[in-house]
Amino acid sequence: MNAQNPDALSAYFLAEVSDTQETHTLSVIVDNEPGVLARVIGLFSGRGYNIDSLSVSETEHERHLSRVTIVTTGTPQIIEQIRHQLDRLVPVHRVRDLTVAARRFKQDKPLERELALVKVTGSGEKRLEALRLSEAFKATVIDATTEHFVFEITGRSSKIEQFIDIMRPLGLVEVSRTGVAALNRGPEGLSSQAY
Amino acid sequence: MEREMTGAEMVLQALRDQEVKHVFGYPGGAVLPIYDELIQQDDIAHILVRHEQGAGHAAEGYARSTGKPGVALVTSGPGATNMVTALTDAMLDSIPLVCITGQVPTNLVGSDAFQECDTVGITRPCTKHNWLVKKIEDLPRIIHEAFYVATTGRPGPVVVDIPKDVQFATGTYEGPKSIHVQHKSYNPPTKGDMTAIRAAVELLATAQRPVLYTGGGVINSGPAASQLLREFVKLTGFPVTSTLMGLGAYPASGPEWLGMLGMHGTYEANMAMHGCDVMICIGARFDDRITGRLDAFSPNSKKVHIDVDPSSINKIVHVDIPIVGDVAHVLEDMVRIWRSSSFTPRSEVKIWKQQIDKWRARNSLAYRPSEEVIMPQYALQRLNEAIKGKDVYISTEVGQHQMWAAQFIDFEEPNRWLTSGGFGTMGYGLPAAIGAQVAHPNATCINVAGDASILMNIQEMSTAVQHGLSPKTFILNNSYMGMVRQWQQLLHGNRLSHSYTDSLPDFVKLAEAYGGKGFRVTKPDELDDAIAEMIATPGPVLFDCCVAQLANCFPMIPSGKAHNEMLLPDEATDEAVANAIGKEGKALV
Repeated sequence: MNAQNPDALSAYFLAEVSDTQETHTLSVIVDNEPGVLARVIGLFSGRGYNIDSLSVSETEHERHLSRVTIVTTGTPQIIEQIRHQLDRLVPVHRVRDLTVAARRFKQDKPLERELALVKVTGSGEKRLEALRLSEAFKATVIDATTEHFVFEITGRSSKIEQFIDIMRPLGLVEVSRTGVAALNRGPEGLSSQAY
Repeated sequence: MEREMTGAEMVLQALRDQEVKHVFGYPGGAVLPIYDELIQQDDIAHILVRHEQGAGHAAEGYARSTGKPGVALVTSGPGATNMVTALTDAMLDSIPLVCITGQVPTNLVGSDAFQECDTVGITRPCTKHNWLVKKIEDLPRIIHEAFYVATTGRPGPVVVDIPKDVQFATGTYEGPKSIHVQHKSYNPPTKGDMTAIRAAVELLATAQRPVLYTGGGVINSGPAASQLLREFVKLTGFPVTSTLMGLGAYPASGPEWLGMLGMHGTYEANMAMHGCDVMICIGARFDDRITGRLDAFSPNSKKVHIDVDPSSINKIVHVDIPIVGDVAHVLEDMVRIWRSSSFTPRSEVKIWKQQIDKWRARNSLAYRPSEEVIMPQYALQRLNEAIKGKDVYISTEVGQHQMWAAQFIDFEEPNRWLTSGGFGTMGYGLPAAIGAQVAHPNATCINVAGDASILMNIQEMSTAVQHGLSPKTFILNNSYMGMVRQWQQLLHGNRLSHSYTDSLPDFVKLAEAYGGKGFRVTKPDELDDAIAEMIATPGPVLFDCCVAQLANCFPMIPSGKAHNEMLLPDEATDEAVANAIGKEGKALV
């Protein structure tokens, strides 16, 4: 029986904890050392947790700290398990559930943005339509020939999804997405002196 | 202390600085420089095993019986992969283990070189942490950090993978002092939150039907934790049960002892868990062998959980008062608060204990005695009589014999019981007994085994002979993988698929072939003399105790059933056994 097993709840505790799946965004500050991402990902696959989105980059060069942003789905109990399991990894400095933190600001989500590069080919009316729509979405053209555009678009994941859906019938060729970057609202930081 | 030395010298110096006296290992190409240093010094003894898995389990036995970290040293590739079972075993049971592996030289890493494997990749999920040392400058820090991580917080196994060129390279050695005063990201908790502890003590003071559910965390926390547990029980008079891993923390002869709980625990322990109004879980983790059916687990209790690992809390069972902290520290606070508040247990506790006595009177460990064949339970009762009051360490393999040993051997002190609980590793017992014997040369180390399990690491008999160690292996020989057979009877219409071992070796001759001594006993009345002789015999012994072949291990909570639905030995007719597990239970392990 494992943590991800939804049956692993006692009758005692069914009354208080809902079974509803929630999507949470976690920020994880880690030492930027070889294998650290494998530890994080291995934890998710080994324990059967979901990864909806993952982005990672070194954010503090002097201290060799990276910030991993993970969007995951699970019951509140599983999300709490994920947080504790991540915290147990030796090179993990801090884990923060940004979705829980956002609730303190009466928001259902933290600040989240994603960037996508979207390649569209076509000619004639479809090509014009693609260009018009990109302007509506505030996407910028970063490469073009007479046969194609590459758009750069930034925004919430839902906006990017929508943009890609719209481009599909207009000659969508390929997409590259960064995954979600996220920060908390308010003046407090996660990676400054706080830990 | 800072001075220039090679990587291999650093390994030895670091082990010395970590006060390591014994290393269990097996040489090979990628660790030759370290072995070359080993032979040129006398501070650290090396115990040469016959298989790397044996080195791992021996180091575990050493660690469990001393509370100190066990150290293993193996080569790259197969040396490292043979350690994986032992590492996972140590991970599941939270045993401090430092495993040093050799690796191919850094310039060959990733080239599929001879005896190369991705050791840190393979061992990542089965260690608390692991390191590949790429530069000599990092080596001393990493080794000291490895010991710190393995032994603090919730203990566990770590691997330090050292490429051969790093072993040859020269660098500056640093002692352990400067390194882990404050680790940059790893800071395990010690003290529990006082508000929570106070709330827990107050809750206990109002309890009418309390029970203490203790686990391996009490043992891992050190001897002080066991002392404080005993003190707390003495203060409150609350009944105590324990998981398999926690046996010995509270003495089996203690007045409040309920016996082990869980799948093969006593009726009184499981009924007390089911009926309690306040449960305090101390260093245990609500494992599925303990809880049985979760939605019927202790339905009417308030629960307190003390654990050093926050991820254990609310993982399986929701608790009302979580306390994150080291067991000894938290118990110390609890004892102090109970005393200073002059709490006394409620009068209803007396009625609760009378109820428990009624459950105890069911005598759930009973079995049908026999004068013709040796009942396995009887054999262990005789063994228990023979070792009473002696300096004895008991290890086990995995299966029926393990559960019977837990039921019938009385543990009075912590660190005397070495068994593979979480991972259930057959082949654990003999090397673990060897490890315990290395740490306690004058004690009697007995491995209670089954005929199937013992064959999984039988080669370590040779290790015992070479190093003058005297582990006694007490084999309950029924020619079956008894627990597998029992489950086939329970779940699969008694179709005994491949659980009978034809052509077992002659264990007496096998012992002699290794240079040890063998005994065979087939009659109950021969047992006492033979056991006495086994204990008195110097050197390793294989004791072939031929027992009733088809005995089942009871009591038992069948899979998918709750604590109050135990199958008791006097009710376990063939029909009851055949129908004990429902459809849903069959899917569980």
